Amino acid sequence: MNGVHDLGGLQSFGPVLPEPDEPVFHEEWERRALAITLALGALGQWNIDQSRHARESLPPATYLSSSYYEIWVRGLETLIAGTEIMEQGDLRARTGEELLAGVSAQGTYERPTAREPRYAEGQAVRARDLNPVGHTRLPRYARGRVGTIVAVRGAHVFPDRNAVPPGEVPDQEPEWLYTVEFTGRELWGEDADPTLTVSVEAWEPYLQPVPQEPR
Amino acid sequence: MATDADHGQHHHEDHPEFSELSPMDARVRALETLLTEKGLVDPAALDAIVERYETEVGPHNGAQVVARAWTDPAYREWLLTDATAAIASLGHVGRQGEHMVAVENTADRHNMVVCTLCSCYPWPVLGLPPVWYKAPAYRSKAVIDPRGVLADFGVTLPDETEIKVWDSTAEVRYLVIPRRPGGTDDLTEDELAALVTRDSMIGTGLALSPQGAS
Repeated sequence: MNGVHDLGGLQSFGPVLPEPDEPVFHEEWERRALAITLALGALGQWNIDQSRHARESLPPATYLSSSYYEIWVRGLETLIAGTEIMEQGDLRARTGEELLAGVSAQGTYERPTAREPRYAEGQAVRARDLNPVGHTRLPRYARGRVGTIVAVRGAHVFPDRNAVPPGEVPDQEPEWLYTVEFTGRELWGEDADPTLTVSVEAWEPYLQPVPQEPR
Repeated sequence: MATDADHGQHHHEDHPEFSELSPMDARVRALETLLTEKGLVDPAALDAIVERYETEVGPHNGAQVVARAWTDPAYREWLLTDATAAIASLGHVGRQGEHMVAVENTADRHNMVVCTLCSCYPWPVLGLPPVWYKAPAYRSKAVIDPRGVLADFGVTLPDETEIKVWDSTAEVRYLVIPRRPGGTDDLTEDELAALVTRDSMIGTGLALSPQGAS
């Protein structure tokens, strides 16, 4: 989805404002928002990609004018409504011990696959010019651009298929994941900083070979 | 446009008999109450999570990793080839750090980490991200003008230094190993760790010099 969460390259937000000696939380409700998000996530009624998609589907003005924990809370409300967990009646709150064990665990999305990776380190690839209406992790600024595979990161659950609407069963068939590096000039044109390179994490369906295969 | 703070203030001034809670405070309290009544969350369990992320997990973990890499060449090599295992060996494992990659700053190359789409961040080594990391200004600017971002943090690098930005989308989390400051040959690992700031491990800052830290 081409949403306002896809911020890379916009120039209208002014300077970054570091906060000296920033506290972990600024308000008590932020503590609770974080903890509720993790505690409900542990109930297993939705996955991380559904969470991200719920946040990114907020109305643009709401997204941009909300603090990050506010975005989390609003996204959570969407997921609670969509999965009807308040009405299910068979779910049990996780204990502190269970939650701490959960956040200490390696909940990786890496999965075994019988397929071989299509691309290898050093190979040139083009990020496809995709504009899906659903969830995706391919930032707009990289679409259509040519880069180089700098690492093959294993096969991982593919967010675009994992972020099904709340309550539906996700498709967790993995795809190979690559780190793809682009020059600043490829992304931002001839006036870009010549010393700049930017890499993105790209799943195999986001990429096509260079030169392009016959269609 | 009115902000939550505005609402809260007017609310308070106009109707002092009403709640002094901000709208978000009231909203999250209501949510927690409902979820608790339905048996979906346990307030004591929420306290335990808050405690973990407010006091135990934080950039001191990452600083220990960096200081070890500065002092132990074999550990540095391990960190650069298998960061997940090297970091786990120091006890830093968990959510949002499942697939770690360490990238090293050198005289020729400076690394910076961002998540343009959301707020991906290596929790086990850096804790929860600061507000600026999650805010639009940083997420938009880091990939197109990282030197401008560095200037916002008061950092200037030579024009010829390569700037490498890692837009960390979801699965892989990056830790920057900042350059070891000069004049630190005699420092212990703990003294070195005190020079490693959170921002230096994101790439928006540099490690402190021993004079700057004291």
